[in-house]
Order: sequence, then structure tokens, then C-alpha cells
Amino acid sequence: MTAATELTVEGLSIRFGGLTAVESMSFEVKEGEVLSLIGPNGAGKTSAFNAITGYVAAAGGSIVYRGTSLIGLKPNEIATLGVVRTFQKTSVFTGQTVLDNVLIGLHLRSRQRPIAILLGLPSVAREERQLAEEARAILRFVGLDARAGEVASSLPYGELRLLEVAVALAAKPRLLLLDEPVSGMNPAETASFMKLLAQIRGLGITVFLVEHDMKMVMGVSDRIICLNYGRIIASGSPAEIQRNPEVVRAYLGERYARAQG
Amino acid sequence: MRLVTLAWLAFLFSIPLWMSDLYVLHVLIMTGIFIIAAMSLNLLLGYTGQLSLGHVAFFGIGAYVSSLASLGFEAHLLPGVLVKMEPKPVWLGMLCAVTIAGLCGWVIGRISFKVRGAYFVIVTVSFAEVIRLVALNWVELTQGPMALNNIPALRLGTPELFELSFLRKPANYYLVLVVAVLSYILIRRLVQSRAGRAMIALRENEPLATSVGVDVTKYLVLATMVSAAMAGAAGAIYAHYVRIVDPDVFLFIYTVTMVIMVVTGGKGTLAGPVVGGLIFGLLPEILRAAEIKPEVQWVIYGVLMVLVVYFLPEGIVPAVRNWRRRHHEPATAAAPPASIEPAR
Ligand SMILES: Nc1ncnc2c1ncn2[C@@H]1O[C@H](COP(=O)(O)OP(=O)(O)OP(=O)(O)O)[C@@H](O)[C@H]1O
Ligand SMILES: [Mg+2]
Repeated sequence: MTAATELTVEGLSIRFGGLTAVESMSFEVKEGEVLSLIGPNGAGKTSAFNAITGYVAAAGGSIVYRGTSLIGLKPNEIATLGVVRTFQKTSVFTGQTVLDNVLIGLHLRSRQRPIAILLGLPSVAREERQLAEEARAILRFVGLDARAGEVASSLPYGELRLLEVAVALAAKPRLLLLDEPVSGMNPAETASFMKLLAQIRGLGITVFLVEHDMKMVMGVSDRIICLNYGRIIASGSPAEIQRNPEVVRAYLGERYARAQG
Repeated sequence: MRLVTLAWLAFLFSIPLWMSDLYVLHVLIMTGIFIIAAMSLNLLLGYTGQLSLGHVAFFGIGAYVSSLASLGFEAHLLPGVLVKMEPKPVWLGMLCAVTIAGLCGWVIGRISFKVRGAYFVIVTVSFAEVIRLVALNWVELTQGPMALNNIPALRLGTPELFELSFLRKPANYYLVLVVAVLSYILIRRLVQSRAGRAMIALRENEPLATSVGVDVTKYLVLATMVSAAMAGAAGAIYAHYVRIVDPDVFLFIYTVTMVIMVVTGGKGTLAGPVVGGLIFGLLPEILRAAEIKPEVQWVIYGVLMVLVVYFLPEGIVPAVRNWRRRHHEPATAAAPPASIEPAR
């Protein structure tokens, strides 16, 4: 693949006090691909996501998205550039309806100014109807349209995880970072999530995935990076990663043994 | 507009026509002023989830600014720098009050950028205390504890042609009612829009809100500004109604009263502060009319408040809404059209 580079990370280090979570990490995300980041618990995967999306400050290194440095930008500014993430720990607007969750996600797509809102201009009402339509379309896309009117807190776990993706999609990402989107899903839900991921990809959205479910990772990824103790120990195609002795020793070995046994 | 709303409005507008007891009108006016202030507090507390425990500062600023503008003043801003202003028409003073209170809200919002929860409470409380001390001690400007007296009443129009003067209670009642309805409409527009959703998002899950591009600080500042301007309007109306203002308008108990109204009525609901405001604004008067001893009155007030908060932690309006949903529409509860109703 000779696609253009979407995100370039170079020499990224992340520290929490004395603890080094990520140490001089360098990699690229290419336009249109599905890139996965794997590694044992505590390897630094979520920390890397947090640094890219502005939730923690990098101790060193550079993060450049389509020519713009993300270092020092706030999470909402990074989202404005088209880099949107989901969270490892389920994160929705619990007290709001499913539809309202997605409407909040549509924030960047709406144009209402505070003055127009206070004056009650017809353009605001028009846009609200349009946004509701878009929100429903997104819910149909992830398969949650039947739940539109329900309060998020009443959804079963698998659907909550879908709602998180719907909210992220509403923000119109060009690069979508998913942190363990299928953790806690049953095999059937995971299988349908893999289909959804293919559809997301079909929209031209680049996907950067953190996941422990190796069946899914191997099935959907173009390339995989393996992280161990904050350092990249391998990168390559799924087949290469599966054969890499260091990856097998540090991470895959136990997982495959567990999955097969 | 729904029929129930119309009926309520018609009833409220008709009150001065058949209610001849001026004391009752006075109580309604004061309650209405408090309801406006409570609605403004609800925008912050209920929708952005940030507790402004110095909210009375904006109310007091509105009262003082409008009074001073309409009385005129001469005061030293710095030693040797004399600021002088001729008396201005009351409506202009009220406009200044709303603007300056709104500006103060903007400043507080800016200061509290990154400041949430307990820190927001501290910033707002400190602000209110500073303003109270200024009102108390800048005697040249505010007359301090001697109070600003003889504040003129609002007059609209010109004496030659047609003049509306808000000297008497029915006129003031209508003024409060109109401003309250206007405030309600503005808040409703706000919370049922992109801006309101951003505020709710800040309240419910700030990291998630920022991840989808919501500049939460911007909307917190907007909420604080609108809220402060509205409280300022309430303060201005108050000043020209009672026509005397002293530093006691900044008493902490007034903020607490507003918080009680919002919390018992239902924070984060449009009707909550109105319901809470009516109950806890009228209750003391009803108890007094029933000739219950003052100390017992306050016990009843306190016990009722605790009961509401204990048994209806969400507030009265959400409790009624849930109850109606359960008892009146069990069959339609799952139907899709329910989703169109904004669940705020
Ligand atoms: N906010 C924080 N403060 C202090 N230490 C942290 C913080 N966030 C992460 N860490 C530490 O940094 C290291 C990397 O954590 P991280 O969450 O990035 O791992 P991970 O690869 O996502 O693991 P998992 O697979 O369990 O999600 C861990 O040792 C963790 O304890
Ligand atoms: Mg993680």
C-alpha cells in the first residue's frame, strides 16, 4: 500500500511521575487503513491514545496529523481536525436518550450561533430537524435506530458500546481511534461489530484500533503494532505478527493458548 | 403551545384583575422575582452542572447598577479620578444592569475555565463576598449600610404622549410576569439547541464531550453570562419595585433560597425552578397567614425541604413526570414517538 500518511508519531514518550508508560514510540498511520495496537495490560496503549487525542501531555516526541502538530492542542481542537476517539471504559451521556447522545456527538456538524439560538431564528429550528435526521441515520448505520428514544443507561452492554461508536461517528472523524471496542461483547456481537468496522472503513475513515480480542484484530487489521512495557517490539502484517517470536513470547503465547485450550 | 401552558398563562395574567388584596400581589411579585433568579441559576446548576453559590452577586449587581444609573452618582474611582453620572431613565439603567451583570458572568466564566465542581463554588462564593464588601464599604458610591433610597420607579413612554408607570403593584406584577416568561423562553431555546446540548454534555461527561469537539469552556462561559444577565434583570426589577437597596441584597441566604427552589423543583428541567419557586416562595407567606408562630414556620419550611430532597432527590418535576409516565401511558411507553419528546 502506498497510501498517504495520515498520522505521524515520532519518539513519543509519556511519563506519569516516575513511571514511563510509553518510551520513544514511532509509527505512522496511513490513510484508509486499519492499524491495530496490541500488547499486554499496562503496555501503554491507552496512554498512547490519550497523548494523540490531547488527554495527557507527551513528555517528548512529536505527533503530527496531516501536517498539523497535535502537541499542546486541547482534545476538542484535535476532534475539530477529524481525530476522534472512544474510551476503553464505557463512556456515554448516561442520563440522555440514545438520540440525544448522538445529537451531542453532532456538535461539530451544526452551525447554530448563540445569538441565533436566543433569538429563536427559523434557521435554528431547521437545522435541529436536519440534525435529528442525521442522528437517526447514524443510529441506523450502527443498528441502534430502534433504541433512539431510550435512555442510554437502560441499554444492555453490547449496545452501549455501539452507542459510543455512534457518538464518535457523529463527530465526523477522518481518523477514528477505538480503544477496546468489543471488550465485554459476546462472540455474536463481536462478529457483527467486525462487519460494522468494515462499513466504517467503507466510509473512508481510517481506523486505529486497540483490542485484546485477537480473532478480531487478526481479522480486520491491515497492519499491527505490538507494544510491550511502553516500547514497540514489532510491527507488520497480521501474519508477520503471529509468527514473530518476541510477540508470541510477550503477548500472543498466553492468549492463543487460552483461546485454543 | 400546549393548551395547559396557555391556560396557565391566562390565569397568571388575569390575577391582578380579580385579586384586590395588594399584599397578595406583593408576595406574588417577590416570588416572581425569585423565580427569575432561580431559573437563571438553573441554567448553570441544572444544565452545566456547576453550582454557583454566589449567584446573588449577579442579582445584587443588577440592583445596584440600575439604581445608581437612575439616581446618578459621583464617586472617586481612584484618588483624584472622579466619575460622575447624571441620572438616566430607568429603562436605560435596567439595560445597563443586565449588561454589566452579564459581563461579570463572562469574567467569572473565564476565570473558572478549567475550574469545576468545588472550585467553581469557591470562585463564585468569593466573588459574591467581594462584591458585598464593595457595596458595604464604598460609601461614596453606594451609601454603604445607609442604603440607596428613593430609587425611581420604571416609566416607559413620555409624559406628553403616553406613559406607562410602574409605581403600583399590578403594573409591577405584569412586568415581573413578562420578564419571567421571556426568561423561560430564552432558557428553553438555549437548552433545546446545540448550546444546551453542549452544556448538558459538560455536566454528564466532560471527557466524552471534548472528544467529539465540544469546547466545554466556551459553553460554560456562555451559560454563566446568560445566567448572570438574567439574575441581573431580576435584581434591577427588584430595585425599582422596592425602591431601596442596601448591601443586604447580597446575603448568602438568598443564594441558598434560589438553590432550594431549583433543587426541590428539579434541576435541569425547565419547569423545576418555577415549581420550586412557587412552593418555597409562597410557603412562608401561607404559613404566616395561617398565623403559625415564626419559629414553627421555619421548622415546617425546613422539614418540607428535607422531605422533598430525601424522597424526591431528582426534584418534584422529574418525579411527577416519571409518575405520569408509569401510570398514564404504560402501553405507549415503548412506542418510538416517545423519542421525539425532548427528555430534558
Ligand atoms: N493517569 C495515569 N496516572 C498514572 N499512571 C497511569 C495513568 N494512566 C496510565 N498509567 C500507567 O501507565 C501504564 C500504561 O497504562 P495504559 O492504560 O496505557 O495501558 P494499556 O496498554 O492501555 O493497558 P490495558 O490493556 O490494560 O488497557 C500502566 O502502568 C498504568 O498504570
Ligand atoms: Mg488500555
